Amino acid sequence: MRREEVVMNRYYRIAAALKSTPFLGLTVLCVFLFVALLAPFVAPYNPSEQDIVQALTPPAFMVGGHRVHLLGTDELGRDLLSRIIWGARVSLIVGFVAVILSGFIGTGLGLLSGYFGGVVDSVIMRVVDIQLSMPAILVALSIIGAVGPSLQNIIVVIAITTWVDYARVVRAEVLSIKANEFVDLAKVAGCSTFRILKSHIFPGVINSLIVIGTLMLGRVIIFESALSFLGLGVQPPTPSWGIMLADGRQYITFAWWLSTFPGVAIMLVVLGTNLVGDWLRDVLDPRLRAAMK
Amino acid sequence: MQPLEDVRHIHSGKLQMKGYFLRRFIQSLIVVLGISVIVFVISHLTGDPTDLLLPPEATEQDRALMREQLGLDRSVVVQFAEFIKNLIRGDFGESFRHQTPALSLVMTAFPATLKLTLAAMLLSIVVAVPVGIVSAVKRGSLYDRLGMVVALLGQSMPVYWAGLMLILLFAVKLGWLPSTGGEGFRSIVLPACTLGMFSTAAIARFTRSSMLDVLEMDYVRTARIKGIPEYLVVLKHALKNASIPVITMTSLQLGRMLAGTVIVETIFSWPGLGRMAVQAIYNRDYPVVQAAVFVASVMFVVINLLVDLLYTYIDPRITYK
Repeated sequence: MRREEVVMNRYYRIAAALKSTPFLGLTVLCVFLFVALLAPFVAPYNPSEQDIVQALTPPAFMVGGHRVHLLGTDELGRDLLSRIIWGARVSLIVGFVAVILSGFIGTGLGLLSGYFGGVVDSVIMRVVDIQLSMPAILVALSIIGAVGPSLQNIIVVIAITTWVDYARVVRAEVLSIKANEFVDLAKVAGCSTFRILKSHIFPGVINSLIVIGTLMLGRVIIFESALSFLGLGVQPPTPSWGIMLADGRQYITFAWWLSTFPGVAIMLVVLGTNLVGDWLRDVLDPRLRAAMK
Repeated sequence: MQPLEDVRHIHSGKLQMKGYFLRRFIQSLIVVLGISVIVFVISHLTGDPTDLLLPPEATEQDRALMREQLGLDRSVVVQFAEFIKNLIRGDFGESFRHQTPALSLVMTAFPATLKLTLAAMLLSIVVAVPVGIVSAVKRGSLYDRLGMVVALLGQSMPVYWAGLMLILLFAVKLGWLPSTGGEGFRSIVLPACTLGMFSTAAIARFTRSSMLDVLEMDYVRTARIKGIPEYLVVLKHALKNASIPVITMTSLQLGRMLAGTVIVETIFSWPGLGRMAVQAIYNRDYPVVQAAVFVASVMFVVINLLVDLLYTYIDPRITYK
């Protein structure tokens, strides 16, 4: 292939990637990220400020609504929009930290399992099987029920119940990378095992990690909100989407907005991660489609 | 020469299959053992249960006696051995709250969960597979796009929120269906829809992509050239071949659903295993938590084992690794 052709090929690839860019997904994610970072500045009210007189005000576009509370207020007169904005913070912090932590655990174990094979592989893969057969939410709930629902505990529990996906994909990737000549050459050249894993194998799995991490972010956010919804996640008065939905549930017959808008927020974020994740997968690593079910 | 080799191949295939079944079975046993280890560890994270079992005015002597009764004064290894011994007999101890054996409590709740899961599974398959097929056949049409957008939304929603929205629409606003369980046939509709929502979306997307792969195959083109009616080409030649990955996917969804019952049963007050487990966790009733986690996990292992064995009958090409 001539040099110009290579350049042109690359150009087409980039153009194709741009054309399929999920602008909706990226926009949604960026908006939430922005809002979460700048919560103190963009939220119209303090999320815990109560105003009983204004309790259960409907959203601004409804009869009885008022434009000072765009999405209405909850049973204690707290501004729903402000609580959703602050809730984004909690969801994204838990999401990002848990994804990074579980990514570390999963990648580490996946690398070991794929590279060393044999007993190490068997043991790790059996642990993966065991974990996959246990309902994650039930395990997480019982651990949190036992150790108490602090933010750290929640993040750690989510991480140790979600690392499996990374381990499986990384292991599969390592197996195919390991078969390459450059790994053998590195061994011959006297590289230490750590160095081979770090400089020769790990770079090959980064693309897959980015893809899984993005898709997992959505799942982790749903997971955290479910824990909070069941009362064993983030604790009040911290505004969390799951808690808001659990509280709103009691008023579902006459204040539909309380159990609707926080859920819309979750759905939008997760939709964003799904769209961006699917796109990244197609651009970075088409082979993953089969591996991630 | 050729036929002889074929026979030999089939023969060794059968042997391989036996070995594979055995290996799969042993693997499952190891997984069950691992599950029991985790269940044991979880129950020991709480620390001293005597605070839960005894009134606050109990003396230190009472507590020590209680610990001795529960075997907590012995070493962890001995406790674990005891735990396994009881587990084999199906004895998880008595519920702290109800003073009845934990396993029988859990088993009384199990049929309700099974009913709900099966209803949800049936619903998702009945909805998702046709949607996936039509989307694949009419690829790029408005129908396809709409179907896939709805499926993507369905996959992005938290289960419990979808449940709340269904309650809001069908129970509160329209008043068509009850929002809680135990009121005859109509009461299963909303929980089953909620539980099946994610899987419906996933199976529909998966059926579509699996069908798209198959529809490009040579044998599909050949069938068309032979003049076979299009609906037969799609349903017989394409769907049959596209079904295997869909079945794998569906069986994986079954496990996901079992986990989903934890939340769905809580929202709809459905008297099943999931709700019982959550309430036991709230009450720190650890024998019941142990039994529930164990039963749910073992169910999943059994389902997986059955599905794997089923495959070898559906598709003889599958290799027994």
